[in-house]
Amino acid sequence: MNLELPSYLEQTPEVKARFEQIKQREVVLNIQNLTRKFDSNDGVVTALDNVSFEAHRREFITVVGPSGCGKSTFIRLLAGLDTPTSGQVLLDGNPVSGPGPDRGMVFQRYTLFPWLTVKKNVMFGLEMSGHSLSESEADALQWIELVGLKKFANAYPDQLSGGMRQRVAIARALANRPRILLMDEPFGALDAQTRCQMQSYLLQIWRNVDITILFITHDLDEAIYLADRILVLKAHPGEVQEVIEVPVPRPRSVEQFISPEFLATKQRLEELIHPPKEDPSEDTLPLIRMTQAGDDVE
Amino acid sequence: MASESKWFAIRKELSPKKRILLTVLSFLLPIGIWCAFSYVPWLYHPMVEISDPGDVPRWKEGTLVKQEIFEQSNKLTADKNGQVAIGTPANPVYLPAPHEVAIAFYEGFTTPPRRRGQPWLHESIWHSIKVIFWGFTFSSLLGVPLGILCGTYPFFSRLHEPFIEFFRYLPAPAFGALAVAILGINDGPKVAIIFIGTFFQQVLVIGNTARKLDVALLEAAQTLGANKINLLRRVVVPGILPDLYKDMRILLGWAWTYLIVAELIGTYSGITWFIDQQSRYRNFDKVYAAIIIIGIIGLSTDMFLAWLGKHIFPWTQTKQSKISIFLHRLFGPLNQTAFLSKKKESSRKPLTANEPS
Repeated sequence: MNLELPSYLEQTPEVKARFEQIKQREVVLNIQNLTRKFDSNDGVVTALDNVSFEAHRREFITVVGPSGCGKSTFIRLLAGLDTPTSGQVLLDGNPVSGPGPDRGMVFQRYTLFPWLTVKKNVMFGLEMSGHSLSESEADALQWIELVGLKKFANAYPDQLSGGMRQRVAIARALANRPRILLMDEPFGALDAQTRCQMQSYLLQIWRNVDITILFITHDLDEAIYLADRILVLKAHPGEVQEVIEVPVPRPRSVEQFISPEFLATKQRLEELIHPPKEDPSEDTLPLIRMTQAGDDVE
Repeated sequence: MASESKWFAIRKELSPKKRILLTVLSFLLPIGIWCAFSYVPWLYHPMVEISDPGDVPRWKEGTLVKQEIFEQSNKLTADKNGQVAIGTPANPVYLPAPHEVAIAFYEGFTTPPRRRGQPWLHESIWHSIKVIFWGFTFSSLLGVPLGILCGTYPFFSRLHEPFIEFFRYLPAPAFGALAVAILGINDGPKVAIIFIGTFFQQVLVIGNTARKLDVALLEAAQTLGANKINLLRRVVVPGILPDLYKDMRILLGWAWTYLIVAELIGTYSGITWFIDQQSRYRNFDKVYAAIIIIGIIGLSTDMFLAWLGKHIFPWTQTKQSKISIFLHRLFGPLNQTAFLSKKKESSRKPLTANEPS
């Protein structure tokens, strides 16, 4: 099966203009020669090697890469939950040291506080930064409404579905008015249908809020569907393989999943992340037949 | 066949009716065995209670003698042409029948103490409860914060836990003589024994509970701007509170097991004093009653705390907590209605998949 696809580098004038416009905006996140090495029993393992990258204001970046490429290490370094071996992360020009409310984070695991209601969860960060109770409450309710969960403001997290919990987590992170929203495979634990719905929600939220998003995923469709640019990492050691400008025009819709630009981008990602094996026998099981002769399924 | 499989389904919850029936049965079964040994004359009954001593010397009405001695003595008396004694099979004095214990239970509270100045039964019980209360309170005032610190900061864990691990193997009663020497003969050493028996376990158990808190919650709180004090106060403490509460209930049970030993130290006191007094007068029915009272106090305190826990930690009620499962098993329907009405009054929405779009 060979489809005649355009090059993923080909951009329509509108898309090109959009990227020009993005590049005009100020740089929010500046990653400079970020390296993280871990000591293990087999010696030093380099999880991330000399990664440099810039994200502009209100840009949507997705990060993909084969397993073991240090995606999680990468986002933890940005969040300040881990410290780099060398290099640094600048947020609006200021170096990052330790976690802080200027970088919101949404985790793959559900991290809502189970003892707090949805409203109290969203208020948590606001209270930490010294806002008054009434002020935080009013603000929190707005964010809850923004993610479409107004009816559930007084529910406890355990009463919500996985998708709803992640929407609350997004609201909770955004309530702090962070400069950037870091998302570590936030929809990874959701079923396919909910995941699709969440992607659409996220794009709507992103459109309505002044926020830069850096989103880690292993789902290539998700990476293309959401992103302005895709940061493709390579494994062992984790370093930048390519930064792809997604040629799919905005606003995005589900129909675009089979558009030529989309497929061309996906083809490129496949090449980068799943290159053809040198030894294809690795993927083949030994041939042992447990059926009668002639009883073939294919 | 179908009903059989329902009774013995593996790890499937039984119907409320069956649960109640089995709960009642779980108490009736041992009581039934006790009744059988007490009231069925050919079961056990190694003694004979004399109803008419006849010509046998030294025997009176109501004397308890062993079966062989009864037969031998009667044979000797018969050989001398005396009148033989008559008696009925009976159990030893240390195995009173249920109704005797039930009467003793009632009489225990109504009988005044033998000497002036000695406590009534209810005063003895109250004394025991006070000893437990202070021992457990002192232990918790120190043990809970220290446990939380150990579970949160590896610094405190490394600094304290190795020694505590060692110390918890030292049996608390071993410190009895020391405690008396230091704290005198009154309640001081008793409270100290409860403290020693509880404290070291408490630090370790609560430390473990604190360590079980999902570290992702702490990371999330940090990315939301929580500082160290707020992490402890607003995340660690509320996060482990339901489990900590469960730990405390179990630890309180352990404290009760130290009570008797504690009360033997220095001057006897509380329920132990009562048991000791009654066994001296061979009132074993009252001894059993006192032991049963300890059980009743223990179980009812725990059930009360479990009930209280459900109201303190509403968020644990969305999933079936272990406490509520336990209570469900004890009083299925009662608890169920309480649970439902609570759900109704709070404005919580039931969990459904219809997410508003």
